[in-house]
Amino acid sequence: MRNAFAKAITELAIADERIVLLSGDIGNRLFDDFKARCPDRFYNCGVAEANMIGVAAGLAMCGLRPVCYTIAPFVTYRCIEQIRVDLCYHRLPVTIVGTGAGLAYASLGGTHHSCEEVGMLRLLPEMNVLTPADAMEVRALLRATFQQDQPTYMRIGKKGEPIVHAAPPAGLALGQSIPMRAGKDLCLLANGVLLPIVLQAADQLSAEGITAEVISFPTVKPLDEAALRRIFASHTLIATIEEHSVLGGFGGAVAEWLADHPHPEARLVRFGTPDNFYHDIGDQDEARAHFGLTAEAITTALRRSLNVACSP
Amino acid sequence: MKLLTKHSRPSYVPFGASYADLASVARTLRYQVVQMSHASGAPHLGSSLSCIDILVAAYWLTLRIDPTNATAANRDRFILSKGHAAPALYTCLAARGFFPETWLDTFAVHGGKLAEQPAPNCAPGVELATGSLGHGLPVGCGLALSGRIQNLDYRTIVVMSDGECNEGSVWEAAMFAAGKSLGRLTVVIDYNKWQATGRSDEVLALASLRDKWAAFGWEATEVNGHDISALATAIAPRGEATGRPRAIIAHTVKGKGVAFMEDDNNWHYRIPDAGEVENAAQLLCSP
Repeated sequence: MRNAFAKAITELAIADERIVLLSGDIGNRLFDDFKARCPDRFYNCGVAEANMIGVAAGLAMCGLRPVCYTIAPFVTYRCIEQIRVDLCYHRLPVTIVGTGAGLAYASLGGTHHSCEEVGMLRLLPEMNVLTPADAMEVRALLRATFQQDQPTYMRIGKKGEPIVHAAPPAGLALGQSIPMRAGKDLCLLANGVLLPIVLQAADQLSAEGITAEVISFPTVKPLDEAALRRIFASHTLIATIEEHSVLGGFGGAVAEWLADHPHPEARLVRFGTPDNFYHDIGDQDEARAHFGLTAEAITTALRRSLNVACSP
Repeated sequence: MKLLTKHSRPSYVPFGASYADLASVARTLRYQVVQMSHASGAPHLGSSLSCIDILVAAYWLTLRIDPTNATAANRDRFILSKGHAAPALYTCLAARGFFPETWLDTFAVHGGKLAEQPAPNCAPGVELATGSLGHGLPVGCGLALSGRIQNLDYRTIVVMSDGECNEGSVWEAAMFAAGKSLGRLTVVIDYNKWQATGRSDEVLALASLRDKWAAFGWEATEVNGHDISALATAIAPRGEATGRPRAIIAHTVKGKGVAFMEDDNNWHYRIPDAGEVENAAQLLCSP
């Protein structure tokens, strides 16, 4: 996904001279093409994220469209107050891209995990929060980001994420969900890089005669409320699945929406990481397995939920 | 807002006025910030008084700005990063004609325009919402970098407090500015030797400020922060698009100009009563 981001931002910057790329001393060779084509619009800001956000604010105040790029926990947790004051309070069109989000850097330990940042950023007024599932959603959403004027956070993966869409979803705007598959027995709302696993889970259920509707939700804020209204009116079991804490992230956002729009017939189940750090030594797949974020674990839990939901 | 007798109305004093006229302007602005603190109950009076001369040197002798076109693309940028001294900024902007002086009467009043600490776009001439320390310099770096990218020759001046230099983001920005050779960026530190609850050289190891900025790759100078002429000379060089950024350590006195407030840190939070406002007026009229 980071390669897709680098390619997409380079193409966009060639066409839009307002785009300036700020990096937090990361992406060795990743931006060589950008630097060659836009030499006065790439700045390595060093390992100093708070300053990088402030610099981006100053650039945006002068009409430029800066993008701040580094590893997700550092470009969010480390500088949350700069994001809040410099970007959100002033409502500046700055894009923050956090790479290796969720458990992508599981093996590097808890310092490099980011399973809370969607919740933190979602709380900030004016802030958009984007969680693309694959390289195609990255391309579509990045393009859409420069067609609006609010601060925007986009979490992306690292490398080698499966590509789900054949092409960038045409005309995708911020706040739109993407229908993936029809189904009548339950609805799976996939958030971000777990989309392929959600589709696998739907396949496994389908083999048992259970059909699941699957929708990709690449925007956590603004939420696609029109889609939620339809989903909760037409299903009795709805699940959110994300590589993020079940507290405050996508599932949290849907739960808040549900509190304000009661659907007594519908049950919401949230899959994500619990209110714990991952303390084991393990890679992304092992960390996901630890937290039950595999197709097998999800289908097992959903079968149980279906039985509960279907019982009189 | 009452004005000092024997002193000219600041709004009648033009850009580039004589130092004697500007000393008179500074006295009147000091009286205005004392009145604003009294009227609104807003604290940080000592912090406003210590930086008035720096702001006068900037707004009357240095900045290339047009109050009738406050958002011109090539205007010089001025950021008061020590947002708690907002009254000092507001009095300067009003006197230079960015907005009517009557706005000063609505300082920190519900429904008024001038927030107790600068809010985004709260008034013409206010470039940045400040109040959380350590934000002005990183944003100032962005403004300076933008000028270079967009081929504009404006300069950026950031005024910070000495206590503000506690913030790590200040030193991140100091390394960035020197690393990217932001020659049109100037920092002025209002070195009044106090922060909220103690001597700024004792709370953390602040000294030597000049050595610190020099070590970070800046051209660093020291100046008497109440000598408008010396300040103007120190701030004057506009710098080049690519060059060393400049730090001016302005030695100041907290509460300057009102003898019973000078170097007394109680005036970080105290609000003057009516009698103290009257005393301040007499002291400012006849030093």
